[in-house]
Amino acid sequence: MEGVQLNLISKERLEKMSSMEKLRMILDEVKSGTIVVLESGLTPEEEAKLIELTMLEIDHENFVGIEVETYPQKSGGFLSKLFGKKEGRLTVIGPANKLKTLVKRDDLIKALVKP
Amino acid sequence: MSLILRIKKKFSVIFKFLKKKNRMKIGIYGPPNAGKTTLANRILRDWVGDVMGSVSEIPHETRRARLREGVTIEVDGKSVTIDIVDTPGLATKIDFHDFLKYGLSEEEAKRRAKEATEGVIEAIKWLDDLDGVILVMDATEDPFTQVNITIVGNIEARNLPLIIVANKIDLPNASPARIKAAFPQHTVVPISALKGLNIDTLYKCIAEKFG
Repeated sequence: MEGVQLNLISKERLEKMSSMEKLRMILDEVKSGTIVVLESGLTPEEEAKLIELTMLEIDHENFVGIEVETYPQKSGGFLSKLFGKKEGRLTVIGPANKLKTLVKRDDLIKALVKP
Repeated sequence: MSLILRIKKKFSVIFKFLKKKNRMKIGIYGPPNAGKTTLANRILRDWVGDVMGSVSEIPHETRRARLREGVTIEVDGKSVTIDIVDTPGLATKIDFHDFLKYGLSEEEAKRRAKEATEGVIEAIKWLDDLDGVILVMDATEDPFTQVNITIVGNIEARNLPLIIVANKIDLPNASPARIKAAFPQHTVVPISALKGLNIDTLYKCIAEKFG
């Protein structure tokens, strides 16, 4: 059956992975054409690192980058402010030539997946 | 990140404050074509009589970060001296085909794309060496882009002072209110860097936030 593969990664699975493991897994999957859905998303630092790694992997022929769909971070409570830990939110990452954002608001994201 | 590292990071902000430098290093960030270099040129022209770099309608015109040290801004008798870093536009994708429609040859477009990817990496690396950020957004565009969300998230995580500039208010479809609604926790200053509209409000805000 032809189609676009979607990998839905649970929060539990993500929590067991180091940042680099997560980012490597995302990039490898996305480069092979898969759309990756992360239940708990990435931290801002991981998002920046993902962009950095993506730039290193762009080959200008087969892979031109990624499209990321996520909501803005919510402000945390006292402890999260003190220790700077912010939990990521549901995030969808795909190859830029397959995933296209249609509408993005703080509480609604509409995207198109091209076969 | 481990708890110890997080605590260390938090306390580094306090140490930074205690040994506050004479002047802060301020990065100008944003997506491509938001008007970062136009704003840097406006600031330098107004206070130093110089420019930072060339601007173009072709995205990713700035592909290397540029540093200008010792720019003194005076507002209402208050003076602040900052170092300004004009960074390349951040993006999650760079396709050389996008440059072809501006009349570039395939070779030029590919070179520009390659340099642009290096520029994005450089811009991200600079985040670790800054004391504050001016985030330039195009007020005619949707502010909820991944680039804007990532930059704001990283600045908040680093506890850096931030000014969001809603640029291009001279254009008819500009909506700075949309940016204010998207990032209500931050100071948003609507301006036109090209025409100089409301630029004095931005200078006042720079003096307050980075002084």
